[in-house]
Amino acid sequence: MLKRKTGKIALGFVAAFTAGAALATSAQARDLTVVSWGGAYQDAQKKVYFEPFKKASGVPMNDESWDGGVGVLRAKVQGGAATWDVVQVESDELAVGCEEGLYEKLDYSKIGGEAAYIKPSVNPCGVGAILYDFVLGYDKDKLKDAPKGWADFFDTKKIPGKRALRQGPKTTLEIALMADGVAPKDVYKVLATDEGVDRAFKKLDTIKGDLVWWKAGAQPPQLLASGEVAMTSVYNGRIDTANKNEKKNFGMVWDGALFTLDSWVILKGSPNKDAAYKFLDFAGKAENQSKLSENIAYGTSNKDAAGLLQPAVLKDLPTAPDNIKNAVEINVAFWLENIDRLTERFNKWAAK
Amino acid sequence: MTAASLTGADSKTSVPLKRRLKRAERARQFKALALVVPLLLFLLFTFAGPIAGMLWHAVDDREVRQVLPQTIAALAGWDGKDLPDEKTYAALASDIQAARAAGTIAIAAKRLNYALNGFRTILIGTARNLKTVPEAGTARETLGKINPAWRERATWTTIKDAGGPVTSFYLLGALDLVRNADGAIVAAPPDQAIYREVFARTFLISLGVTALCLILGFPVAYLLAALPPGKSNLLMIFVLLPFWTSLLVRTCAWIVLLQSNGVVNDSLHWLGIIDEPLRLIYNRFGVCVAMTHVLLPFMILPLYSSMKAISPAYMRAAASLGAPPLTAFLRIYLPQTLPGVGAGSLLVFILALGYYITPALVGGAADQMISYFIALYTTETANWGLASALGAVLLLATILLALVYGKLVQGQQVTGGMKN
Repeated sequence: MLKRKTGKIALGFVAAFTAGAALATSAQARDLTVVSWGGAYQDAQKKVYFEPFKKASGVPMNDESWDGGVGVLRAKVQGGAATWDVVQVESDELAVGCEEGLYEKLDYSKIGGEAAYIKPSVNPCGVGAILYDFVLGYDKDKLKDAPKGWADFFDTKKIPGKRALRQGPKTTLEIALMADGVAPKDVYKVLATDEGVDRAFKKLDTIKGDLVWWKAGAQPPQLLASGEVAMTSVYNGRIDTANKNEKKNFGMVWDGALFTLDSWVILKGSPNKDAAYKFLDFAGKAENQSKLSENIAYGTSNKDAAGLLQPAVLKDLPTAPDNIKNAVEINVAFWLENIDRLTERFNKWAAK
Repeated sequence: MTAASLTGADSKTSVPLKRRLKRAERARQFKALALVVPLLLFLLFTFAGPIAGMLWHAVDDREVRQVLPQTIAALAGWDGKDLPDEKTYAALASDIQAARAAGTIAIAAKRLNYALNGFRTILIGTARNLKTVPEAGTARETLGKINPAWRERATWTTIKDAGGPVTSFYLLGALDLVRNADGAIVAAPPDQAIYREVFARTFLISLGVTALCLILGFPVAYLLAALPPGKSNLLMIFVLLPFWTSLLVRTCAWIVLLQSNGVVNDSLHWLGIIDEPLRLIYNRFGVCVAMTHVLLPFMILPLYSSMKAISPAYMRAAASLGAPPLTAFLRIYLPQTLPGVGAGSLLVFILALGYYITPALVGGAADQMISYFIALYTTETANWGLASALGAVLLLATILLALVYGKLVQGQQVTGGMKN
């Protein structure tokens, strides 16, 4: 009797295990799943995209958040257990994932046609969602004379205190070069040479003892609020949200800002492709996108979205003419080629 | 019970007793096995399988072979002395055309770029500019015109080295080594040689944290073991409460305590001990403090259990035989706690080796441990070969340490669960 029982239990375990494994690998019928960056940004998206889309189309969907990394998507797609359909990715994730075949090639005729979107946001594998900046952020309550640009960021005499930058070479080296007097439009030309890289690290040496490194987008506002740093590089939307929702008095400098785009992609082999296209079409419409900019200060990809905005809202967006005038687009091709090498070099420099 | 006493007990059956005994034995073994089968399967799927997969990724090198098959085949006979022959150039041209049509060129470009910076541009640029298949006999000239890199030997040795199917490239890279154009293993260029340093840093931080945990945990464990149950239970709750609190919460609490305008600096300032805030966080000090706090329970619990088992009579006996307290402690009490010390230290050390969140949040750029790089290459840059190689080196080093520990405690009565 006992023997039979243990046999049964073992069998049950095995059965449960294989069933579980089989379930995990088969594409099940599930609701459309949209993945974005969390935080204040995803709250805004919920309000203007997700909830209205569910109401308007009757398509059931749920949303999740993630922290980026093309490796995550590669594991999901290659593992054959992709539980996500539509994901918002950064520009380098878009490029690498597109090369590796992790995304569906987009049929623009289903989302309003290529002509509806601004040029940098049109890509065979993804469609632009937002345009945002890394800006210089500071606390107006703590700094008497506001910094004018990255040169002031490196001037510890004029503005004492610690500074924070994003850990790693990306954005850090560009900022160092601009502080050293390189014009925004020439940054990548200089950085492409060995002398340019040396020059950037030499500039970073000048304030090495005063630097703090942040890793997640939520950290810079917190570092400013606690007075840990006098200035930091930060996503422009986070400054805006801290001012609106937490009654902070943070300022930012648009001059020499680094801008980049996030895009929506459909993961390869998604069982909900039709629903995914319906969603992208909805999120690509000018009237919906303009509502997003009203909620969080990011520019959007539809050509007509900016025209629907109040001037007061428009002047705080990365896409406003005055703000984008002296901004640099982060060069994806450069970083794809050099990220590993410069990451090693950055860490070598940091450990010295 | 002997076999002799059983003879004839069951004369009806013709099966000899020996065989019946064996059968019963087998059935029992099978039953025991059936009980552990689920666990075995579970370990196989969740532990052995993934580790084997990781080790495989550290040597797997088939990307270039899949994208440029004819080139790799043509290079097999190349001696590496001069530039390859016209046939190889033609093979490359035809491979590039095919890969461009299939959209796979970037996969090979990415892999080759790890070995030779700038290869990405060379290959993708060549694919963009190679409009038609070159005329027979002109492939070398055509490719050289598109990009002068094709006239250099290093370009071709890089392709040949990345031909797979397995490679030592990533494992060497994890140890700051590279193969030069002649195939000899040499040190990596100084501005890219970081991993030995990072491994050393990882082991050093783990060792420091283990030592701190031991120094702080030993008296606490002694107190817990010596107090009457009522009081020791209350104290035990103080040990366990942080143990049950989320790691992230405890790490962030340290940020609040240690930052420039944090509780510690403000108190010191108010007491007039310091004028300028001390730098207690985003450096090595902060990492050690936060990690020690997080890992302390893992030291205290094994110590406590080994101390609980020591009878107080021993110390009384030592005292009655005239040993001063210190001698009695060193010669009687301490040796009996060693299994707990060993188990606690090994546990804390190995847990500390893999720490990621805490150093990431409270450390500076120079305090990142090896797990940070493994995570970076796994998720951000998707260089899984290097990530797996770093993981393999860490795994190997940890296994070696555990074996050394096992050897050290062999011969002791209790081996803290590491008996081999």
